[in-house]
Amino acid sequence: MEMHLPRRRLPYLLPHLLPSQLALPPRSLLPLCPQTRSIPIPPMALRAIASRKTLAALGSGLRAQARLATTAAAAAASRGLVTFSLPDLPYDYGALEPAVSAEIMQLHHQKHHQSYVTNYNKALEQLEDAVARDDAPAVVKLQSAIKFNGGGHINHSIFWKNLAPIHEGGGEPPKGSLGWAIDADFGSWEAFVQKMNAEGAALQGSGWVWLGLDKEFKKLVVETTANQDPLVTKGANLVPLIGIDVWEHAYYLQYKNAKPDYLKNIWKVIDWKYASEVYEKECR
Amino acid sequence: MATATVAATAPLSNGFLLRRGPNEGAKSARSLQRTKNQRQSASSRRFGAAVITAKFDLKPPPYPLNALEPHMSANTLSFHWGKHHRAYVDNLNKQIVGTELEAKSLEDIVIQTYNDGDLLPPFNNAAQIWNHDFFWESMKPGGGGKPSGELLKLIERDFGSFEKLCEELRAAAATQFGSGWAWLAFNPRPSDGKELLVVKSPNAVNPLVLGYIPLLTIDVWEHAYYLDYQNRRPDYISIFMEKLVSWDAVSAKLEVAKAQAA
Repeated sequence: MEMHLPRRRLPYLLPHLLPSQLALPPRSLLPLCPQTRSIPIPPMALRAIASRKTLAALGSGLRAQARLATTAAAAAASRGLVTFSLPDLPYDYGALEPAVSAEIMQLHHQKHHQSYVTNYNKALEQLEDAVARDDAPAVVKLQSAIKFNGGGHINHSIFWKNLAPIHEGGGEPPKGSLGWAIDADFGSWEAFVQKMNAEGAALQGSGWVWLGLDKEFKKLVVETTANQDPLVTKGANLVPLIGIDVWEHAYYLQYKNAKPDYLKNIWKVIDWKYASEVYEKECR
Repeated sequence: MATATVAATAPLSNGFLLRRGPNEGAKSARSLQRTKNQRQSASSRRFGAAVITAKFDLKPPPYPLNALEPHMSANTLSFHWGKHHRAYVDNLNKQIVGTELEAKSLEDIVIQTYNDGDLLPPFNNAAQIWNHDFFWESMKPGGGGKPSGELLKLIERDFGSFEKLCEELRAAAATQFGSGWAWLAFNPRPSDGKELLVVKSPNAVNPLVLGYIPLLTIDVWEHAYYLDYQNRRPDYISIFMEKLVSWDAVSAKLEVAKAQAA
């Protein structure tokens, strides 16, 4: 018996990866019927792909890798596919020292996050092909690659926004409504930080520890996710405010096995501007 | 390359993918092969008013910490064995004090606390002790090369060729997302006659919990390779296969496995 997959827009197949979670311009909702492939490439996507600043940020040794990723992305884009690209950091790699070393920031951004972006784009292209040829088993098989790599891209994009150099406000606890909400929901700032650190330290293997907002109940929660699962996999109503990467690559070169030391120190560069904006928007 | 999710009789809370030779789809054997009950050395020492009974010891690798240079640095060994492995031992000893697990062998603790996938707290520490003991034994100075004898025969029977086995092992190690391990394991009751299989597992899970007998493992937690290779896991895997793997150890374990299965 043949399985007929409805020709749906991609977001239908990926309900857990909402545009709002991506902190990027919303994806164009491109119909996937072959006869409508001549859709103009969304201007934002093109700009992101070809961003000179992104290319300039890469060292000479990475130009080849970047060229490859950009070429593949451009090729996919020319087929009407939206592709994703590595966001720039709004600070230098060394700007978060001594809390997080420049070496870690560079590897984390240019290698790990870039690899998630590249593989996410690849998986989405393969998904589009599988849907187009009605290959349901292939579609299902691609879901884990999409979750790993798409989740990696989502999570790291939020993470970079959660960090800032000390002279730009990194380390300062939140004021205003989010600050009060932390006191209300956790008892005190100290109790909140302690809970985040305890959950982060206890996490086995790779994953993230989150401060999230349950937007249905307007309550703050501390949650962990495994591997690159986005926070929304723990609850459809959960909106990530602060995420701390506790994969070993996030701290190992500097802190080695002392994960608790990393967790203690990263608060010195955690920035609350993005979190406050999201919180205020959701709680309006 | 075909993959099959394990159709275990109990749901696994962690995904567990099998990579097999050309003919795949064997039902997993749920029988649990127990090795001889290992008597761990028990030493007591007084610490203030409390008596601490150290149940398990931190076993050193069968070579000095710098013996695997330059492929795996002494620096890595000093943290990986000296800190990570040591912490699993210390933490398990604390966890099992005053419990029924104190009287059991490490392997029995691993299987019991796996609890059909609903992991009990001591599982991570127990399994990671077991896995790391096994990992150090899977390597040797001047390792690499090819297996021989009975092991090579079985590899060629079940994978087609040694090269095909290497391909599957590398792929399993490279695609185990997040933290985990890749294994060559022995299935004592294969329904399709293939006794050797490649398995990958997340975090602390190992093939013992499926009733397989591990023969070889490579640790792909980031702490295993990050100091030497940073994000380049594929390079680490290549070096492991070309310069570190101890096929002698694998052959020895295969002999034991076959004797037990007989």
